[in-house]
Amino acid sequence: MSDILKLTAADLSEKLRSGELSSVEATQAHLDRIAAVDGDVHAFLHVSDHAVEVAADIDRRRAAGEELGELAGVPLAIKDVLVTTDMPSTSGSKILEGYMSPYDATVVARSRAAGLVPLGKTNMDEFAMGSSTEHSAYGPTHNPWDLDRIPGGSGGGSAAAVAAFEAPLALGSDTGGSIRQPAHVTGTVGMKPTYGGVSRYGAIALASSLDQVGPVSRTVLDSALLHDVIGGHDPHDATSLTDEWPSFAAAAREGATGDVLKGLKVGVIRELDDSGFQAGVSESFRASLAAMEAAGAEIVEVSAPHFEYGVAAYYLILPAEASSNLAKFDSVRFGMRVNVPGGTVEDVMAATRDAGFGDEVKRRVILGTYALSAGYYDAYYGSAQKVRTLIQRDFDEAFAQVDVIATPSAPTTAFRLGEKLDDPIQMYLNDVTTIPVNLAGVPGISIPSGLAAEDGLPVGIQFVAPAREDARLYRVGAALEALLVDSWGGPLLDRAPILGGAR
Amino acid sequence: MSEITPDLVRHLGVLARIQLSDEEVERLTGQLDAIVDNIAKVSEVATPEVAATSHPIPLSNVFRPDVPGDMLSLDEVLQNAPDAADGRFRVTAILGEEQ
Repeated sequence: MSDILKLTAADLSEKLRSGELSSVEATQAHLDRIAAVDGDVHAFLHVSDHAVEVAADIDRRRAAGEELGELAGVPLAIKDVLVTTDMPSTSGSKILEGYMSPYDATVVARSRAAGLVPLGKTNMDEFAMGSSTEHSAYGPTHNPWDLDRIPGGSGGGSAAAVAAFEAPLALGSDTGGSIRQPAHVTGTVGMKPTYGGVSRYGAIALASSLDQVGPVSRTVLDSALLHDVIGGHDPHDATSLTDEWPSFAAAAREGATGDVLKGLKVGVIRELDDSGFQAGVSESFRASLAAMEAAGAEIVEVSAPHFEYGVAAYYLILPAEASSNLAKFDSVRFGMRVNVPGGTVEDVMAATRDAGFGDEVKRRVILGTYALSAGYYDAYYGSAQKVRTLIQRDFDEAFAQVDVIATPSAPTTAFRLGEKLDDPIQMYLNDVTTIPVNLAGVPGISIPSGLAAEDGLPVGIQFVAPAREDARLYRVGAALEALLVDSWGGPLLDRAPILGGAR
Repeated sequence: MSEITPDLVRHLGVLARIQLSDEEVERLTGQLDAIVDNIAKVSEVATPEVAATSHPIPLSNVFRPDVPGDMLSLDEVLQNAPDAADGRFRVTAILGEEQ
């Protein structure tokens, strides 16, 4: 494997600036890597046919002395939920096969403006509904740590792409854990920003009050660098916050010095006891807490009595919003149309949606239609929105006592492909620790905490901060990352198996 | 046990404009029944005095100047249409014969 591939985005950008490497060299190395290993991993649904030209343009502009962004020339993988003008955008669904957007998502436009080089579109559960990528209409992605296992979901493609060194950076989206749970099972970093911190314009909507776009990477600093590029107010998104955000990269660099841990109050949720987690996940979590405590942090038990209602509330709010958002796939304006001889528009629509949507999408659309129907609305959707308030209050009370909350990022390590496919409820419980974060709109990050003793697979630790305190997560995440990487003697991904022959 | 029946699922399919096969109706009935049993617990804590939250970070009066923003051309609007003619989306009959 080329040495270029092992570079972090931060290190790669330095070599690009110094002239030691060109963007064409870096981009070609990643395209070669994709060609070598993506047959096994299947992280990509589409690989750009003009990435090298984009890279050559960056090299030319740099040579001409143009002022370029810090990440200019660095390759980027883009989750297929984000629309792009130069590559198809399917959101993992057959109903959008071949769809070419007339505009770029804001985060894509900002990435291009910053000089990042789009490599391709990454695989995902259809319309981001799932925790394993097995609900992709184009076949699952395989976890680079064990190709028989899930890479997490819905953003398993983006996480697997960075874990398999097919890209140094990727964009993801997170509605109930779709950035953080894949990070957990692939030994990578994923950040869900504060709701409204990053524009959702051009992100094919799943549940509009929960969706957030965020960065996916191998290091905390790299996520922070990408977050700096994509974040900030966007008038195209009415829920976009107008806040001025600090530099997240500066926060990550400050955090890496470790001083931030001295006196830091880390909350651990009493109700999330070890019984709900695989032993190796709990052990890794406890070891990370101990490392932080040894570096001067104080571990404080906090209570979040309503978290246990989070998954239930989520599986009412999400299907309700999704059933509304997915009404636009009507066989008229875009997407698939099934031919029904002699059929009315409505017949064509119903046949198209039956043929174009997969099982999980139908399940959630029907569930959402039920939850919103007359006579049930108050009992289901209305109650779920109240649970949202209660979970926000739990967070408020906890954050009155602590600076950040820590949880394991998911209950288990990567399970086998197919293992939970026929049991929706077991699948939904994957997101038990990530869902409350979306319901409350607060930021959350998952970073690798180690390998589970019993299966040697990666485990992540999640940190959660109050709304708008995204920078705090980069400081704390970078501090723990520095401690752990030092104790491991190198990044966790150094211990991942070799893919595609020679490394 | 919830009250999810095959007839209800078939009706929801009509509302959601998804033409479910009998096999799909049967499978969904069982799965939705189990899911609804699991999510009904939200009503245990959703007491009348708790206010509902629709958006996690409330914003109000999000306006922009009343001037044309970014616009798509007619060609761009129609480029992904399954069928179009004369600058419009083309669809099959809106009403059935007996309507």
